[in-house]
Amino acid sequence: METALIIKLVLILVIFGITMFIALYSTFAERIIAAYFQDRVGPNRAGPLGLLQPLADGVKMFTKEDFIPNTPNKWLFIVGPGIAMSTALMTSAVIPWGKSLDLFGLHIDLQVADVNIAMLYVFGVVSIGVYGIMIGGWASNNKYSLLGAVRASSQMISYEVAMGLSIIAVLMLVGSLSLRDIAEKQSNFIDWTGKFPYFSWIVFKQPLAFLVFLICSFAETNRTPFDLPECEAELIGGYHTEYSSMKLGFFLFAEYVNMFISSTIIATLFFGGYNYPFYDTVATAAGLNAAAILGVVVLFAKIFFFIFFFMWVRWTLPRFRYDQLMNLGWKILIPLSILNIIITGVVILLTN
Amino acid sequence: MSLVEITFLILSVIAIGSALMTVLSKNPIHSAIYLLICFSSIAGHYLLLNAQFLFIVHIIVYSGAIMVLFLTTLMLLNLNEETEQHKPAMARLGALVAAIILGLVLVAAVSKTATLMPMNNNTVDIGSIKALGKVLMDEYFYPFEFISILLLSAMVGVVLLTKKEKTTVA
Repeated sequence: METALIIKLVLILVIFGITMFIALYSTFAERIIAAYFQDRVGPNRAGPLGLLQPLADGVKMFTKEDFIPNTPNKWLFIVGPGIAMSTALMTSAVIPWGKSLDLFGLHIDLQVADVNIAMLYVFGVVSIGVYGIMIGGWASNNKYSLLGAVRASSQMISYEVAMGLSIIAVLMLVGSLSLRDIAEKQSNFIDWTGKFPYFSWIVFKQPLAFLVFLICSFAETNRTPFDLPECEAELIGGYHTEYSSMKLGFFLFAEYVNMFISSTIIATLFFGGYNYPFYDTVATAAGLNAAAILGVVVLFAKIFFFIFFFMWVRWTLPRFRYDQLMNLGWKILIPLSILNIIITGVVILLTN
Repeated sequence: MSLVEITFLILSVIAIGSALMTVLSKNPIHSAIYLLICFSSIAGHYLLLNAQFLFIVHIIVYSGAIMVLFLTTLMLLNLNEETEQHKPAMARLGALVAAIILGLVLVAAVSKTATLMPMNNNTVDIGSIKALGKVLMDEYFYPFEFISILLLSAMVGVVLLTKKEKTTVA
């Protein structure tokens, strides 16, 4: 019991550290990729190749003046970024990072909590996440912040509906809400157990659900082309107009943490998670531990690809207008995902 | 005291305190935020009862959807303490009488309730999504489907009511 608790604590700390590190370097990667897309050089002054730029940014954020505007809700003003940051970090608890390791006589599951409601837990945390922006924006006592906050909340509620509906088709296919079960269902790359062999990764079975989920995760993380809550041309800075120093840093940083977590969830749900082609062959040839570690590496490769995809889209597509955003969410994505549920149900009935 | 009891006490204190503050605070947005804290602590109680599915659905539906809509509406209305009109004396009296009667009913209900039997250890899994799904889709299948149709018709009704009727010029 004691050792199990210690293993979990170490795992939580490691995941926290990795999340922070990746979020930190995502800010750097975003600037490098933006520079590449715009034919510039990008940050290259701090350290070799500019690699110390995130640290310099962090020092700058911490040492700036921490200004609190004249608002009757000082406490809520401080709580806002806290909620945004903590909800961004909470989701990583249910993600399976790999199969189990057997080291030094210890059995280590590479997942903090394998609960049977994992997918609903993710949705619960995402739906709480909007309060950080709402409370922060309202407590700023500024009409631009308020408008940004209201935009953020209506956008996130609208796209949560389509996101939840798109996942139902995947859940029907797997028959479980546990992310571990969903990842296990996609073992290896080609599934030989059925009547005829087919790809086991869910993206090949549910391309429509993947598309809807991808678009919705862009909206949920408030990334371009859905960054209306903070669109500077209309709202100055949106919900974080009045924030400065590390409070602003938390809001901006939470966006990168959210991006990392959404990439992880997309990779786990649709692209096999820690699975890769010939997993079982590697496991018999090199041992279970080596195969599991390679699985973690592969999962992170998939995550990095999706983080890059987020940035690629940001520097390629312009921002939506607000009515276009609402039309896309309510009139296109929700009917599409309901249609997908019906098709999936019919196909499951016919093949069984 | 066991860890579960301590957690129960802390959650109860938070639930009752935030429920009181919901009623007592002057600012409507503060009320909504206290209500949110109250909902979250009640969700914690569900988790103590091993009802995981109820816990997470409570969080998603009440904290995640309904309270967000409440807060958005309140923020857009921008109610201030000055704009809050004072209720007439008769309404206050009515509220007092209603509260006393409710209290009476609650005291009667609590004092007449038989002591609950301790939960059978074999049914620990009763709140899991699998057990719940089996009961809903088997034993209570027809009520479950009827409720979903009722909700759908309510949704259609709301859409119909909010649409402005087009005045047709004959």
